Amino acid sequence: MAVEFSEKTKEKFKVVLGKYPEKDAALLPALWLAQKEFSVITPEVEEYVSKLLGVPLVRVREVLTFYTMYTAKSLGKYHLQLCTNIACTLLGAEDILGRIKNKLQIDVGETTPDKKFTLSTVECLGYCGTAPVIQVNDDFYENLTPKKVDELLGKLK
Amino acid sequence: MAEPILSRNFGKKDSHTLQVYVEGGGYEAMKKALKEMKPEQIIQEVDKSGLKGRGGAGFPVGKKWSFIPKESPKPKYLVINADEGEPGTFKDRQIMEQDPHAVVEGAIITCFAVGIHWAGIYVRGEYVKSIERLEGAIEEAYAKGYLGKNILETGFDLDIVVHRGAGAYICGEETALLESFEGKKGQPRKKPPFPAIVGLFQGPTVINNIESTASIPHIIKNGGEWWNNLGAPGIGGGVRLFSVSGHVKKPGVYELPMGIPLREIIYTHAGGIRGDKKLKAVIPGGSSAPVLKPEEIDVPMEFVSLAKIGSMAGSGAVIVMDEDTNLVQVLRVLLNFYAHESCGKCTPCREGTGWMAKIIERIEKGEGQSEDLDTIVSIANGIRTRTLCPLGDAAIGPAISFVTKFRQEFEDYIKRH
Repeated sequence: MAVEFSEKTKEKFKVVLGKYPEKDAALLPALWLAQKEFSVITPEVEEYVSKLLGVPLVRVREVLTFYTMYTAKSLGKYHLQLCTNIACTLLGAEDILGRIKNKLQIDVGETTPDKKFTLSTVECLGYCGTAPVIQVNDDFYENLTPKKVDELLGKLK
Repeated sequence: MAEPILSRNFGKKDSHTLQVYVEGGGYEAMKKALKEMKPEQIIQEVDKSGLKGRGGAGFPVGKKWSFIPKESPKPKYLVINADEGEPGTFKDRQIMEQDPHAVVEGAIITCFAVGIHWAGIYVRGEYVKSIERLEGAIEEAYAKGYLGKNILETGFDLDIVVHRGAGAYICGEETALLESFEGKKGQPRKKPPFPAIVGLFQGPTVINNIESTASIPHIIKNGGEWWNNLGAPGIGGGVRLFSVSGHVKKPGVYELPMGIPLREIIYTHAGGIRGDKKLKAVIPGGSSAPVLKPEEIDVPMEFVSLAKIGSMAGSGAVIVMDEDTNLVQVLRVLLNFYAHESCGKCTPCREGTGWMAKIIERIEKGEGQSEDLDTIVSIANGIRTRTLCPLGDAAIGPAISFVTKFRQEFEDYIKRH
């Protein structure tokens, strides 16, 4: 079945398009809308976005694969994104990473068999004053300790 | 302590709302600028303020504005860089989350001064709350008639759009940011032409950082000279927000005069080292700034003084490391970061950052040799100035400085492992 935005998303897309002096600039926002609507940006979604905006398919693929936040594969319900950059590492992020791996029995880049958690390590998230930090979907958990991580993983249902 | 200026609304209840912003004197500078000042006068005040770009490059803001041609066949644009990604830096996020109207007001004044009618704020994709707060502030400003057509009945029109990035450190580089804004992968452009002449959608473009933009209303309200005098004596340039992280007792964002000694930031404001340990090393301006040793921390925290001792003021991010820090691990984290974020356009950076990362990983695993340290320095020197954008030079800052300033520690590690 061909993919298509819902009516509501189509409306949102129209608003976005109207904000930019040139339509190509709406590609990143269009991909954000697509990711929200379809969760995963599959080749069919790429094609849809390409037609919608009238930009070449190759451009869509190029943009999609260049940025780290668009996803072409399905993720668990909770995407755990642990910062392992300098400020977080200075305060123990790598120990916390080990703890999560151990607890969930998955490696970085993997998803638990029940599709609940996907584990990623990410670069500096801009929470260095309250390091270490983990981003779970769009929420941030700061000043992490091994104990807090255990509690957090237990809380996410 | 001096009254806070940039951070005056931080921690206040509902500080992100128009009402609280206006109660604190917000939008008065906009009214003054649009109704009582000529565009040239505004640029002059900003020039006098000594305000240098707070994103990291430290270019004088007034000068940047004056490079924009008065007459242009193509529309002119303002792009505000909120792709805060320099490791250690978290101050622009505070402004966007807690004082988004300061950004909107600064943008209105900037656009009026330079003759711009469309501004875009490029916010890194992870900063979801910043995006919500900015969009909320923009909506309130439209409703109040501070944005849109015929602002304050002056005939001046302005639209502002928030553009969400999608995860790429390179997009903090101004020309990569423009590419990303235009819906492309974020790879830097060749300069010249500079963005002031050929920028967003081929039009002349001012690119300013969030903190720089939020500083503008204060400069206009109180005068350029007043702002300049807020900096340390003999240095000037106002106040800036320092992000302090790592092994200090009180990490956080501190608003302090340009030129304050680094020692004071660490020991007076951030409370000193955790557990009263000794200081081993400190990065003074974001991860790209060459590291300093404890004997160097009396340096004034401003662009010229830090450049003189071979480092840089950068984004004002101070990362503190105590005596127990494993610098091999720290350098491995940093070099992996640059290898991951190199956009791949220029060969020396793409290949060099990856090569350096592999070497330091090998050393950390206990498979390194003393000569590997020379190889890192030699690769770094091969990247220097041979790339289109500063990412290559940013990567070699930590590479060379850690390996040469702490050579003995690296040698000892290699011997022990």
